[in-house]
This record gives sequence, C-alpha cells and structure tokens, in this order.
Amino acid sequence: MRTLAAADSQVGDPVLNTVVFAAFVVITLYIVYRVSGRNSSTSDYYAAGGRFTGVQNGIALSGDFLSAASFLGIAGAIAINGYDGFLYSIGFLVAWLVNLLLIAELVRNTGRFTMGDVLAYRMRQRPVRAAAATSTLVISFFYMLAQMAGAGAVVALLLNVQGKGGQALVIAVVGLIMIFYVLVGGMKGTTWVQIIKAAILILTVVLMTVFLIGKFGFSISALLDQAAANNAKGTAVLEPGAQYGKTQVSTLDFISLSLALILGAAGLPHVLMRFYTVPNAREARRSVVWAVGTMSVFYGATLIIGYGASALVGSERILGATGGSNAAAPLLAFEIGGTVLLGIVAAVAFATILAVVAGLTITASASFAHDVYANIFRKGNADAASEVRVARQTAVVIGVLAIIGGILANGQNVAFLVALAFAFAASANLSTLLYSLFWKRFNTTGTLWGMYGGLGSCLLLVFFSPVMSGAPTSIVSGVDFHLFPLANPGIVSIPVSFLCGYLGTILSKEPADAAKQKEMEVRSLTGIGR
Amino acid sequence: MTEVVPPPARPNRGPTMARPAQATFGGIDTPTDRGRVGGPDFAAIHRGAEFTALRSRFRRFVFPVSALFFVWYLTYVLLAAYAKGFMSLRLFGSVNVGLVMGLAQFASTIGITAWYLRWARKNIDPQVAAIRAAAGVDAR
Repeated sequence: MRTLAAADSQVGDPVLNTVVFAAFVVITLYIVYRVSGRNSSTSDYYAAGGRFTGVQNGIALSGDFLSAASFLGIAGAIAINGYDGFLYSIGFLVAWLVNLLLIAELVRNTGRFTMGDVLAYRMRQRPVRAAAATSTLVISFFYMLAQMAGAGAVVALLLNVQGKGGQALVIAVVGLIMIFYVLVGGMKGTTWVQIIKAAILILTVVLMTVFLIGKFGFSISALLDQAAANNAKGTAVLEPGAQYGKTQVSTLDFISLSLALILGAAGLPHVLMRFYTVPNAREARRSVVWAVGTMSVFYGATLIIGYGASALVGSERILGATGGSNAAAPLLAFEIGGTVLLGIVAAVAFATILAVVAGLTITASASFAHDVYANIFRKGNADAASEVRVARQTAVVIGVLAIIGGILANGQNVAFLVALAFAFAASANLSTLLYSLFWKRFNTTGTLWGMYGGLGSCLLLVFFSPVMSGAPTSIVSGVDFHLFPLANPGIVSIPVSFLCGYLGTILSKEPADAAKQKEMEVRSLTGIGR
Repeated sequence: MTEVVPPPARPNRGPTMARPAQATFGGIDTPTDRGRVGGPDFAAIHRGAEFTALRSRFRRFVFPVSALFFVWYLTYVLLAAYAKGFMSLRLFGSVNVGLVMGLAQFASTIGITAWYLRWARKNIDPQVAAIRAAAGVDAR
C-alpha cells in the first residue's frame, strides 16, 4: 500500500469517495428541503426568523468558520512545518474572544440582517451601507475564492480527476449544489447544512485523534519524536520558526499574519450575520460559547492529526502527493483507516467547502439585496417579496462568479487566500464596528474613512506585495513590481484603518447624531427596540 | 486593540430635562427606523441610573479582559517569533515550552469564555431584564 500510494498520488477508491459525498449531498438536500418552508419574508430568508437556539447556532458558527483551510490547510501546515502551523490554530481560536466580549451580543441587538445594519445605525444610511456592502462583497469574494481553489486541489486528490477541464467541471458541480442549497433553504436550510457538516467534521477529527493518541501509547512525546523522525526538517518541526523564522522579514510577516487572524474573525461578514439567527443576546452569547467549545476540540485535534500525519505518512510523501500539503489529512486517514475512512474524510472535506461557500453566498447576497437594493436603490421602501427575490438572484450571480473565480484560482495557495480575507476583515470592518459601538463621537465621515482606508490600504499592499509579483510563488510571473515585503498586510492596514476612522471623525465638521447614538447604545446593551 | 478605543462617554446625569437636540440633522438622510411612533423613549432610558450603571459595569469588564487576552496572545506570538531558544526548551520528553504555551492559549481562551459566561449571567442579565421591564418591553 505504502509504495503504491507513494508511486501514484492516487489513493483510495474514487468511486467510494464519490458515493460517500453524494450521500452527504442527498441527505442534506432532503433536510434543507424539509426545513426550509416558504422563506418568503426577509427575516426568514436572511435570519431564519431568529429561531435557532444558541447551541444550534454555535455549532453552525463553527461550521461556517472551520473551512477547508482549517481542516486540510492547518493539518497540512503542521505536518510539513510543525509548530508554525499550530500558530494558525491558536490565532483562529483566540480570535473568538473578540466576538464573545465585544461583538456578538451588541451586534445581535443592534442590527437585523447585515453588518451594514449596525454600521449605518446612527450614520447617514446610503454612503455607509454602500461601504459596508462593498467590504462584505470583497471579503466574501476572497474567502470564497479560497474555498473554491481548495475544492480543485481536493478533487484532484480524492476523485482522481487530473485534467484541468475535469477539475473545472467538478468545481462547477460543487458550485451549483451550493447555489441550490441557498435558493431553496435560505438561512434556515444553510444553517442546517452547517450544523450537519460541523458535527461530522468534529466527529471525524476526534475519532482520528483518539486513534492516534492510542496508537502512540497515550504519549504525546512519542508522537512528537516519531513526527520529527519522519519529517525532512527533523526536530525543527517541534519548535517555532521552521516556516517563518528564516529571515527578519518572514518573522515580521508571521506577526502580521497573527494579528490578522486574531482580529479578523470579528469582522467576517458571514460570522456576524450568524448572530442574527438567534432570538436574543443571551442566545448569541451561548452561540459563541458553544462555538469556542467545539473549536477548541477541533483545533486541539488538528495538532495531533498534523503531527500524526508527519509521523505515519512522512513529510516527503505528503509533499509528493497531488494537492501537496493539503493532502496530509486525507493521506493520514488512508493510512489508519483504509479506503473507507479516506472516503469519509473526502466527503467531509467536500462538505466543508460546500457549506462554507453556501454561508458566504447567503451573506453576500443578503448584503447586496438589503443594503444596496432595499436601502440605497429603494431608500428603504422595498417590499419583502422583491427584496428576497433580489437576494435570490444575487445568490445565483455570486455563485456563478465563485465558480468562475474558483476555476481561475485553481491551484493557488488556499491558506494564503483565507489569511488575506482575514486581513481584509480586520482592516475594513473591525475598527468601524468597535468605534460605532463604543465611541460616542464617531460619525459618518469616520466610518467611510475607516472602511475605505482599511480596505484600500489592504488591496494596495497586497497588489505591491510578493504575493502578486517578484517571488517564485507569485500570481504574476516574469515581472517584478513588488514594493512591500510582507505577504500579509495586516500589521500595516489594521492600524491604518483605526487611524483613518479616528482622523475622519476628528477632522470632519459633521457632529455625530446624538439621539441615534443614545438609541444605539441602549439598544445594543439591552435589546430594547429590536 | 481596545487601547485604541476612546474611553466611554461620561454618564449623563444632568438635569432631568431632555437636552435639546444638539445635532443638526441637515446631513442625515434617513434614520434607520424613522416613523416608529410610540416606541421606547431611548433618551430617557439612556439617562437612567440603571442604564449608566449597566454600561459602565459592562465596559469595566470587557475592556480590561480584552486588553488582557490581546496582550497575552501578543506576548506569545512575539516569543514564538523572537525567543526561539526559550520556546524550544524541553520540559518533559519532547514536549517543549512552546507547545505548553500554545496549549495554555487554548486553556486561557476556554477559561475567559467560562469566566465571562458566569460573570454576565450574574451581573448583566438581571440588570438588562430590569431595564427592559421598566421600559415596558417584554423580556421574553
């Protein structure tokens, strides 16, 4: 088996993998169909009528958050680079404290459907909603691109579809299923997809972890020794710096990435929108508590799975496989559970991508229909039926764009794209959310400066970074126009957005709307008026 | 990052008369829910002693705790970036300081979550319920 898998990157049985995945799709489609009802009101379509419990929403939150980058990406990063991959896990988890303490309850009390509801609450509606929709669409697009690009890599490995044309076809099929979920299920159906997916994902990683710990005689030390022994980098994988410690610049890049991870989660529009699906602030708090619980288990397990993959599969075989480091978790599954476990892990990976893309699509379509169509084009006078119709049409357009983008981005680095989406979220949204919730003087100009300043500096820095040009892994090859040394812009763009929001407020002559500010403060803390 | 957020507004305990609207509304297009007639009197609730107490109590907890975990996380990240020797010290077997500190980040995250849950249940929820009841909105 070992030599077979090493010689030929194909492992497992593509037919079995497809069957398990198809079973997941059929079961979830049936559930989506059964629970969805009519979804005719905006509240039903965007926020499931606010009727999910904190526990359900908490599991769905982890479903939305644990993307392909978390599962395949982190396991692979730990398997190859060891400790530096583990730092992703920590950043992704600690980030939830920002949501818990500063964001979740206040956002749930203040807004109704989108991030724009909160940001525009006491500001001039049209410019702020336009800015909020812009940043929601940009962030969702980057995040979605990452997921769809990941789909291509997974397909290549698990279904043995090697040609670019065949992979494009599979990406298109995944995209179409996702569009169907969103159209039929609305937020309610999408939430159930997240819950099912999160449950299967966590069950799978826990079982693999328990098996691995048992296999090494309940000794973490033995697991670590074996992992180091089978890794080309040796014991360096047990210490920080194997990936980021090479130069001063790469160390700085690592700090920038860490900042983006911890500050980005609270600005992700699809996470913020989940807080509207519960009936009150206490349930929003419980959601985050449950999300933290399930994700602690998950990210703890990725550590064992990552080192386990290094120990049992070995770094060279992982890197030699189709899909590279993303293949670590599937290869480990094959190693310990044969074709059946590989089939399950394959299905889980697909389900993860499918569910996260569905969550992003409904968020982006809600932002366009609610912020842009209903509140900007129709000035708040759109009827519910036409707003939902626009949201559905937008979902189809976004879905098609995601398919095209995914086909084009096929082969790009998944973890990098996700980290970039986090940097965008931390830069464009977090500063303005915090200011508008906690700073009395904050005004429309400050909001616009903060959002566009953060978003703009992020885009600019990425464009002139080694990500675009000047490095072997760059998107554009042949020309070198890179001016900014870091791959992740967070360390510059996050402070820039806070500074822009502050300066915009201080320098503009326009006073904040005092009455609405008081209303927002009361509403955010007590939920009165929601 | 909470250091960047300016300190909360001082509670407005002025005379009981509602202050005249100081904002000029010329620049404001459409407030979010204009036309809500007979809604709760937000200005009055905002002035109330219960609300100002709730707000300062909430902020006195979440701002310092946010600063705490942020600084703790940053310390960890900087150690991982610049104190490789320290992080590589072996504690038992092949388990080193870095791994234990990483797991300590997990533990502190779970701990702060549990702490906040208990604290909010005891200090926030009853006060919110009281303010809601006084304002005449059903606490559900």
